[in-house]
Amino acid sequence: MGIMPKWADVVLVPLISLIIAALLSALLILAIGESPVAALKLMIEGTLLRSSGWGYMLYYTTNFIFTGLAVSVAFHAALFNIGGEGQAMMGGLGVALVCLFIPWPHWTFAIIGASLGAAFFGMIWAGLPAYLQAKRGSHIVITTIMFNFIAAGVLNFFLVGALKPKGSMDPATANFPAATHLPTFEDMAGLLGFEKMFRAAPANVSFFLALVACVLVWFLIWRTPLGYEIRAMGKSEPAARYAGIGSVKIIMVAMMISGALSGMMAINTTQGESERLILNFTEGAGFIGIAVALMGRSHPLGVFLAALLFGFLYQGGAELALWTKIPRELIVVIQALVILFTGALTLMVRRPLERLFLSLRRGG
Amino acid sequence: MDFLTLLQVLDSSLRLATPLLLACLAGLFSERAGIFDIGLEGKMLAAAFLSAAIAATTGSVWLGLLAGVGASLLLSAIHGLASITLRGDQIISGVAINFLAAGLTVVISQDWFGQGGRTPPLLSGGRFEPLTLPGAMPAKEISQAGPIMQLYSELLSGHSLLVYVALVMVPLTWFVLYKTRFGLRLRAVGENPAAVDTAGISVVGLRYAAVGICGVLCGIAGAYMATALQAGFVKDMSAGRGFIALAALIFAKWRPWYALGACLLFGFFFAVDNRFQNILLPAWVMSGVLLALGLGLIVYVRQKTLLDRIVLGGLGLGLAIVAGLIALSSLSAGLGSMIKIPVVFIQSLPYVLTVVVLAGFVGKAIPPRSGGVAYVKEK
Repeated sequence: MGIMPKWADVVLVPLISLIIAALLSALLILAIGESPVAALKLMIEGTLLRSSGWGYMLYYTTNFIFTGLAVSVAFHAALFNIGGEGQAMMGGLGVALVCLFIPWPHWTFAIIGASLGAAFFGMIWAGLPAYLQAKRGSHIVITTIMFNFIAAGVLNFFLVGALKPKGSMDPATANFPAATHLPTFEDMAGLLGFEKMFRAAPANVSFFLALVACVLVWFLIWRTPLGYEIRAMGKSEPAARYAGIGSVKIIMVAMMISGALSGMMAINTTQGESERLILNFTEGAGFIGIAVALMGRSHPLGVFLAALLFGFLYQGGAELALWTKIPRELIVVIQALVILFTGALTLMVRRPLERLFLSLRRGG
Repeated sequence: MDFLTLLQVLDSSLRLATPLLLACLAGLFSERAGIFDIGLEGKMLAAAFLSAAIAATTGSVWLGLLAGVGASLLLSAIHGLASITLRGDQIISGVAINFLAAGLTVVISQDWFGQGGRTPPLLSGGRFEPLTLPGAMPAKEISQAGPIMQLYSELLSGHSLLVYVALVMVPLTWFVLYKTRFGLRLRAVGENPAAVDTAGISVVGLRYAAVGICGVLCGIAGAYMATALQAGFVKDMSAGRGFIALAALIFAKWRPWYALGACLLFGFFFAVDNRFQNILLPAWVMSGVLLALGLGLIVYVRQKTLLDRIVLGGLGLGLAIVAGLIALSSLSAGLGSMIKIPVVFIQSLPYVLTVVVLAGFVGKAIPPRSGGVAYVKEK
C-alpha cells in the first residue's frame, strides 16, 4: 500500500479492468462476425437516446444497486455473501405476502410495508448462514450457495402450491391489488406534464428507494460506531476482537443487513414491475451484485455507478439480442470478465500500475 | 415396489451420480491442495459444450472427450493463474469462471450451430454407448431372470464406459492421495504449505498439478453429461450439478470413499425425483417427524446462549408449527390419510443435508486448513 496514490487505486484500477473486459468482449463480437462498433452504437441508441431505454436501464439499475450494496456491506466485514439470489427470492415472498394479505389504502403505505416484508425475509435467509458461520464455523460461501438452491425450492413450493390462485396454470401468485401499484417513471412524467415519456418502461419509484439505500449504507459504514466495527472486523478479526468487538455480533448484523438489502430488490421487480410474484423473477441479479460490488470497490457511490453501467449493459444487451445475432448471454460473458479482472486478477492490473507509479516517483 | 423397480431406480441413481462423482473427486484434488473451487459447475458446462460440439462435427466421441477435457483445463488454467500465481481471491475467480462458461457456451454455440444455444443431437458414433458386460441379459428378458442375474444385468451392466471410469477413479484417488509420495505432498500443501516449502518442494507446482487434475476430471464429467447421459449440449445443462458435487464433497468430508457414498446418495435423490412424481406418506408420520425434529431442537438449545435460542429455537418452533399445520389440515380426512411429499423437498434434500453437515450436527466437516489462502513464499 502507499505505492499508488489513492485516486489511482480507486479510479484507475477498476477503469483499466473494465477496458480489458470491454476489449475482450469486442474480440468476441468480432469472432462471431459482428462489428463491435455497430454493437456499441446500437446499445447506446437503445438505451441512452430513448426515454423508454432509460426507463429499462434504471429498472435494472435499481436491482443492481440493492444487490451490489448487499454484497458490499458483507465485503466490509470480510464476508462473501454469494446468496443474494436466494435472499432476493425470499424477499419476493415477503413482498407478495404483504401485498396480497394486507389491505393497503395507498401505495405509499404499501411500499413501506413491502420494504419491511422484503427486508425481513431477506434478513432471515441471510441470518441462518450468518449464524452457522458465527457459531458453528461453517463456511459462509458454501452455506449461502446452498441457501440459494433451498430458496428456489421454497419459492417453487409456494408458487405451485399455496399461493397460486385456483384454476391458474402458471406458477405465480394472484395479481396484487391495484392500491399497491407503484408509480412508474411514465406515471410520474405524466404528472409533471411530460406525456409519452418512459412509455411502458418498468422503472418505478423504488429507484429512489435504492438511492436512499445508497446514502443510508454510506452513513452506516462510515459514520456510525457499528460501521466502524464492521470495517474493523473486515480488516483484521484478531485486532477487532482485541478491541472488544464481538465477531459473532458483527457477522450476524452485517449479514442480516446484507440480506435485507438483497431482499429489497424484490420491491422493484415484484411490486413495481410484474405486480405479482413469479418464478425466476431475480434473473441472476443477486449474482450481478458481486460484479457491481467489486467494480464499485464496495463504496455506495461506486456501487451506484457500477449498477448504472450494468443497467446499461442489460438493456443494451436486450437490444443487441433483438437486432443482431449476438445473444443476450454476451452480457454474462462481460459480467464474468469484470468479476475476473476486478476481483481475481487484480494483481495483473495492479502490478504494472504500481511499477509505473514507482518509476514516476523516482524520476520526479 | 418390486425388486426390479428398485434395481431400475438404483441403476438410474448410478448413472445420475456419475457426473457428480467425477466433479466431486475433481474438487477433492483441488481443495485437498488448498485451492477452493467454486468453478466446478462452469468447467463441467464448458466441457459438456465443447465435447458435444466436437463430437457432433467430427462424429468421434473420443475427439469430443478430448476437446471437453481441453476446455475444462483452459478454465482450470485461469483459476490457477488467478489463485496461485496472482494470489487473487479463489472464490471470486470460481464465480467468474462459472459465469464465463455460462455465457460463452451459449454465445459460441449460437454462432456455431444457430440452434438457440444447443448442439445438434449426437448420432451413434458421437456418443458413449452402453456397454453390455459379458453374460448380461438383454433388457427384454430381464424380468424373467433370477434376482442375482437381474442385479448383474440391470444394475451393473449396460452403462457407458465413463460410468466405470468414474467408479475406478474412487480407489485410484484414494491410492494416489494416501499411498503415494505425491498424494502425501498434495495433502500437506493444503494443510501447511510453509512446511512443504521448507522441505524444498514446490508449493506452486503441486497446486498447479492439483488444479490440473481437477480440470481433467471436470472435463470427463462434462463430456459424460453431453455425450453419454444425454445426446448433445443444451444451454445450462449442468443445472447446478457442480454445486451439488461441492455439497457432496463437504458431505464426504473431503474423503474419496465417502465421496462415492455421498454422490450415490444424491444420485438416488435425483433418480427418485425423476421416477416418482407422487410420494405419499401418512399424515401422522410426516407431522410426527417434523414435530420430533422441532422439539428436539428446542430441547437442545435450552441451555445455550441467547443467540442459539433465538435462531435454533425459532427454527424448531417453525418446524413444530408446520407439523401442527399438517396435522390440522389432515384432520378432516383422518391422521392416517396419505399426504404427498412436495417434489421440491426431494430436490432440496442434498442442499439441506449439506447445511446440516456443515453446521456440525452430524459429525464435523473440517476443510483443509490452508484452503482458500494463497501461499506467499518467504524472502
